[in-house]
This record gives sequence, C-alpha cells and structure tokens, in this order.
Amino acid sequence: MKKLLSLILTAILCLSVMVGATAQEALSGSIATDGSTSMEKVIGILSEQFMIDNPDVAITYNATGSGTGVAAALNGTADIGLASRALKEEEVAQGLKSIVVALDGIAIIVNEKCPVDNLTLQEVADIFTGKITSWKDFGGEGDIACIGREAGSGTRDGFESITKTKDANKLVQELTSTGAVITAVASNASGIGYASSSAVEGQEGIKVLTIDGVECTEENIANGSYLIQRPFNLVVKEGAELPKQVQAFIDFMLSEEAAPLVAKAGAVPPAQPEK
Amino acid sequence: MSKTTATTTITTNSDQVPFFQVRRKLYNIIVRGFLRLTTLVTVGLLIFMIGYILINGLKHLTIPMLTTQSSYIEDTIGIFPNIMNTLYMILISMLIALPLGIGAAVYLNEYATNRRLVTTIEFAAETLTGIPSIVFGLVGMLVFIHLFGLKQGVLAGSLTLVMIILPTIIRTTQESLKSIPDDYRHGSLALGSGKWHMVRTVVLPSAMDGIVTGSILAIGRIVGESAALLFTAGFGLRLNSLFKSLQRSSASLTVALYVYVSERGEMEAGFAIAALLMLITLLLNFAATYFGNKLKKR
Amino acid sequence: MKMLFFLCGLVSVGFVLCISIYLFVAGIPAFKVIGISDMLFGKVWLPTASTTEPSFGILPFILTSIWGTAGAIMIGVPIGLLTAIYVAKAAPKKVATAIRTSVQLLAGIPSVVYGMIGMVVLVPLIQRTFDLTSGATLMAAIIVLAIMILPSIINVSETALSAVPAEYEEASMALGATKEETWFRVTLPAARSGVATAIVLGIGRAIGEAMAIIMVSGNVANMPGLFKSVRFMTTAIASEMSYAAVGSLHRDALFSIGLVLFLFIMLINLGLKFFIREKKEET
Repeated sequence: MKKLLSLILTAILCLSVMVGATAQEALSGSIATDGSTSMEKVIGILSEQFMIDNPDVAITYNATGSGTGVAAALNGTADIGLASRALKEEEVAQGLKSIVVALDGIAIIVNEKCPVDNLTLQEVADIFTGKITSWKDFGGEGDIACIGREAGSGTRDGFESITKTKDANKLVQELTSTGAVITAVASNASGIGYASSSAVEGQEGIKVLTIDGVECTEENIANGSYLIQRPFNLVVKEGAELPKQVQAFIDFMLSEEAAPLVAKAGAVPPAQPEK
Repeated sequence: MSKTTATTTITTNSDQVPFFQVRRKLYNIIVRGFLRLTTLVTVGLLIFMIGYILINGLKHLTIPMLTTQSSYIEDTIGIFPNIMNTLYMILISMLIALPLGIGAAVYLNEYATNRRLVTTIEFAAETLTGIPSIVFGLVGMLVFIHLFGLKQGVLAGSLTLVMIILPTIIRTTQESLKSIPDDYRHGSLALGSGKWHMVRTVVLPSAMDGIVTGSILAIGRIVGESAALLFTAGFGLRLNSLFKSLQRSSASLTVALYVYVSERGEMEAGFAIAALLMLITLLLNFAATYFGNKLKKR
Repeated sequence: MKMLFFLCGLVSVGFVLCISIYLFVAGIPAFKVIGISDMLFGKVWLPTASTTEPSFGILPFILTSIWGTAGAIMIGVPIGLLTAIYVAKAAPKKVATAIRTSVQLLAGIPSVVYGMIGMVVLVPLIQRTFDLTSGATLMAAIIVLAIMILPSIINVSETALSAVPAEYEEASMALGATKEETWFRVTLPAARSGVATAIVLGIGRAIGEAMAIIMVSGNVANMPGLFKSVRFMTTAIASEMSYAAVGSLHRDALFSIGLVLFLFIMLINLGLKFFIREKKEET
C-alpha cells in the first residue's frame, strides 16, 4: 500500500514539473542542420549565440557536404539544409527554397613558401585541369600538387562552376573538408588548393592569392569584384510550416544582431533590406 | 651437421678454428644482432610515439581545455564535452555488456552440457573479435539508427560498442572461472547450496579479479575506438547531460581528435587530445597488468 | 537461472547473425543495380559525376586494401617475428618483461593517434625523402599499418614460441647446434601454426584498419601505386558515408564495399581455421 501511494505521489510530482515547463512558452526543441562543411563556422557561431539566448533549444550540425544537406532538407532528415552553393533547377523543382544567410569567397591558397602571389582566373583553371603542371612557369620550382574537395562538396561545385572546370579537375588529394584542405596545403610546399575564405582566416602556413589582382576580402566579396564566391544558403521546403524554434532560428540568422557574428566567422553578411 | 664435440657447455672449440666454425660464429653474431636490432626498432617506435605526443601535447592540456566546451564566439577550444561523452559511453556499454558477458561465460563454464552449443557460442564470440570496427559502425548505423529508429548519439554508439567488447568480457571471465578449483564448487554444493546459489556466492566472487581485468581491457578498447562511433554516435562537440546525450550527436575523444585535426586543422587541440588519450592508455594498461598479475598469483 | 545465462550466451550468436544478415541486405541492392562485374572489376569510381554517367567501380579499393595489407605484412612480420624470438628466447628475464609491457602499450594506443603521428611526422618525411608532390601515399599507409600489426604478431608468436617443448631445443643443442641455430631451425618450424595464426591475425587487423590510414593515404580513388594517393575499402566507406544521401545508389554502393570487406575477413578467418585443423590432424 505504502509503495503504491509513494508511486502515485511521484507520478503527480513529475507531471506537475512537466506541465510547469510547458507553461512557460519558452522556445524549446531541437533543430537539425545538415550540409556544407564550409558553413561550419558560420552555423557554429550563430547556433551558439541562439542557444545561449534560448537554453532549451538544441541545435545540431552535421558536416555532410552541400549535396547531402540539400537531400536531407528534401526528405525531412534535417530541419534546415545547408548548401554553400545556389540550388540547382531540379532541386528547386522538387519544392525547395533557399535563403541566403551569407556570402562567402572561395580563397585560392598556396603554401607560404610559394613564390606566387597572384593568378588570373584562367591560370587557376589551367592549373587545376592539369594544363599547367609546374611552378617553374611562375618562377618557382617543383610540380604543382592540386588539392581539392570530394565529389559532394559545395565548395568544389562553386569552384568548378566559376572556373568552368566541371569534372575536369586533376587532383592529387581529395579531402573531405575545408579544414583538411588547409592543413594539406600548409604542409606541402608545392600545394595549391581552394577553401572557404571564412575558414582560411588566421590559419598559419598558407598564403591567400589575389585573383586578377583582387584580394579576397569581405569588401570585395560584397561588391562582387572578387570573382570566386558563392552564397551560403539555408535550404528548407517551399511553403512548409516550420516548427516554431526553426523559424525563430532562421529569423535570428537574418537579423541585424547576426551580422557581426557572421562577419566574425569570416563570411559576408547579406545586404540588409533596410539601409 | 658438422662434427661435434660433446661437452657440458655447448660452445664451439675456439682453439683450432676451421672455416665452417668461423662461419657459424659469424651466423650467430649476425642473428643476435638482428634480433636486438628489430627489438630496438619495436621499442624505439613506442618510445618515440609516446614521447612525441606527450611533448607536443601536454603543454596544450590546460585547465580551460579540459573543463570547457569549444566556443565559436570566444574562439576557444575545449574538450570537456568529449571527455564526458567518452565517460557516458563507457558507463552505458559496460552496464549492458558486463551482465551479458558474465552471463554467457557462466553459462559456458558452469551450466552448458551440449558440446555443439558451446562450440557455436565460442565460435561466434571469436568471429566477433575479427570483424573490423568500421564494419561494426556500418552495421550499428543500419540496425540501431535505421532499423530501431534511434538518433545518432551515445545510446546507438554504446550499443555498437557492446558488440565489440562482448567477446573480451566473455573470454576473460571464462578464463577466470576456469581457474577456480572445482573443490570450491563441490564444497559449496556438498553443504547443500543450489547451483545458482553456489555460482552467486562462491564462484563469481572468486572470479572477481578476472572480471575486473576483462573490464579494464574492455574500457581500453572503448576509449580507443573511433571508426565504429563515427556514424553511430556522431561528431557533435556540444556538452550534454547523460540523458540528453543518448539521442544527440556526441563525439567521443577519439572522434573529436579526428574532427579537430582533419576537418578544422586545429593541431594544438589534436595534440592535447592525443596526449590525454595516451595518458589514459598508459593508466589503463598499468591497471590491467596489476589486476592480471593478481589473477595469475592465484 | 540456467535459461537466463543461456540467453546471454546466445547474444553473441545473435550479433554475428545480425551483422551477416544486415550486411547482405544492405550490400546486395547496389550489386543488382550496377552489376557485379561492373562493380567488382570496374576501375573508375565517380559516384557523383554530373556531366557523365556515374561509375561505381570498386576495384581500386579492393586492390589497394590487398596491396596495403601485403606491404604491411612484408614489413611487419619479419620485425615482429624477430622481436618475438628475442623476447621468448634471447632476452634476459627483466628485459623480456619490459619489452612485453612496451608491446602491450603499443597495442593499446588508439588508431587515431597513430593516424595523427603519421600525418604530422611520416607524410612530410616521405614527401621530402622521395621528392614527391605529396607524401600522403600508399607507402605512408603501409608503414603505419606495419607498426599497428606489430603487437598482434609479437604477442601470438611469442606465446607459440614459448610453447615449444624444451625437449626439442635440448635435443637440438645436444646434437651440437648453437642456441641461435636451434631457434631458427627447430623452434620456429615447431611453432609454425602459432606463427601462421599470428600472421593471419595481422592480416585481419591490417585489412580492417580505417582511422589510422585515412589521415595518411591521400584519399583519391586511384588504382594503387606505392607513391600514389589511394583509398582503401575501409577509408572509402569512412570518408564518403557522411556525404552519401540516404537512399541513394551512392550510399548503397558504400554498403556493398562493406559487404566485400566483410567477406574478405570471413574468408581469411575461415581459411585459418581450416589450416589449423589440418595441421592438428597432421601432427
């Protein structure tokens, strides 16, 4: 009898706690974001701030690459897909929409010992397709080691479409993340690679090249003069009713408060509508 | 063989040294040299690795690193969540695997009568030891996440780990049970105790040393495991309570090492984690040897 | 009570069955769609090609795993075996214990730590020594694998060597052979099956390793070459699983690689069992 009584009392206590929690109307729940590895810093800093402001919300980020991120948004495995490129036509046709959360440049990096400081876009394309194979053409020495990303990467997609070298890259290493490319180029004196500009900031051992004389800075990305750039997109289903916390997170990411965080992560906040 | 002189100590006669005696002596010296050389290589590699990691990593194992979580806003790295995740996984997988493993060993050693059955179970356990971790990870993902519907997290990771450590626990418990003299069992049964009572009060307590050794080995395996956890426990670097982490992407120390080094290029954090893992390995090894010796003494 | 323990015992059997069944269930579909010979003997792996037809040839991975394991065995077995002989026979007692402890330690180091040391020390070293554009090659992976399988080889070989009856050695020395000659002409052959087990254990460990070599092997799906960037069966799964969308043919192909890997391991292990049984029936 005693046991039964204490059991009932405990049950009532538990229920009351639960009721009390929901009665507060605070944002809670989870948000699953999946996709681009280049967007890691941006999503990381934004979700960290959002979770500080809303402690009951748990945001997870899976670095699966832009391609998978879009697929995850489509089949519902993720609340928000992350793509570091524009959506393709077929993807839009399947009912997805993209929201630009930042602009990002793709920095072309070489080892700090490399004598080259600037390349034209065409030279970059020729190097990666194997038409130019030696640093000797630029006053250096040794064969060029092209280091790039794996097949599903948004960064690779962006790089290849702007340099018009789709499916024609001759890579010596295919790495699975932006960070890995940076590490590889930093440890290889004849290496050249491409990586998200937000990730190259402050990294040692590498040098960021200017393309056609234009530096890879936030200004030049924003005004379009730095050519190799792409949008960081949030991908959601068109017309779907998003859960409260997800919508709140998206609104936060597009707000003015988010802009300095985006800048801190090394990307360029999108132009604010009210100027 | 050459002609021999039977003496009490087997040596070559060094007074008169014909050609083949010289050749033999040379052979022996070269062989000894090679043996010493290869052993030196093996031990040398170990010392180099331990030294390199500790020298480069200990200086980054600061209190902030160990007790905070990584922050993008502050631009800092902390591995506390990963330490906790590893602890959570040790706790949950041992909680499941210990009873299962000890139970299986008890069955095999104390209760089983059908030889075929015993062979089948032992064969199954042995097969499990040969399967690579990445295959466990794949199956763990297929079964626990796709089939059972769990989310990537400590629970799925721990269940996968159970498959990996079960053979170790079964084997060491079995060995320990085998080493208990039958007199103990007969004595207890003669005094009128039932079989389960006998196992519970006499056999298992005496097998404690072996069980502890097995547990330490299993924990060592858990701490060092990475491929099996990539897709079952995930890459998450945020701190969670035990309950929340069960279904949330949680990176163990090893997976965190991989993420920081390969994907973020943060070598300092990588060295720090490597140093921590090295220290844990040394500690566990020492503990396992200590308990293993206690077992052998009996 | 007995029933409870019996069920515990069955759990291991259950796991093995589960693993086998699931690998087949997950791995067969891709073979059906792409065709077994196209997959197993195809040399080109481009699962996400958009301007051409995607191709799913996994031969590069299979061959890389085979060559990598062979290379690791060629380096690891001599070093491991000789060390085992030293520890079992030639070393003074205290030294032997110290070495045994070192070997245990070597075995306990997590594979990611091996990978990290390989990435930071070995890869640049290879690049400088052989004047390559990148040191992340099959060679680097072979060296790392060789070091990783040393403990398995040393432990099992040492046990086998110590188990050889003293009479064999005493008889040999009574006939005038020196200690060193005895070890190589009497003890080692007598411990044949134990050493064979050690080698097979090493093979199993090498072919199944993923994390240690993913950081040093370059990860491009090339046909294997000692100084080329390569991808193993294990690293192919590990590196692309996160990127393959759920339900895609790409993902199914990765499961098929897992199945092929599993079958390799099973074949090696079963081969060993038969070999040992034959040897036992001979003696």
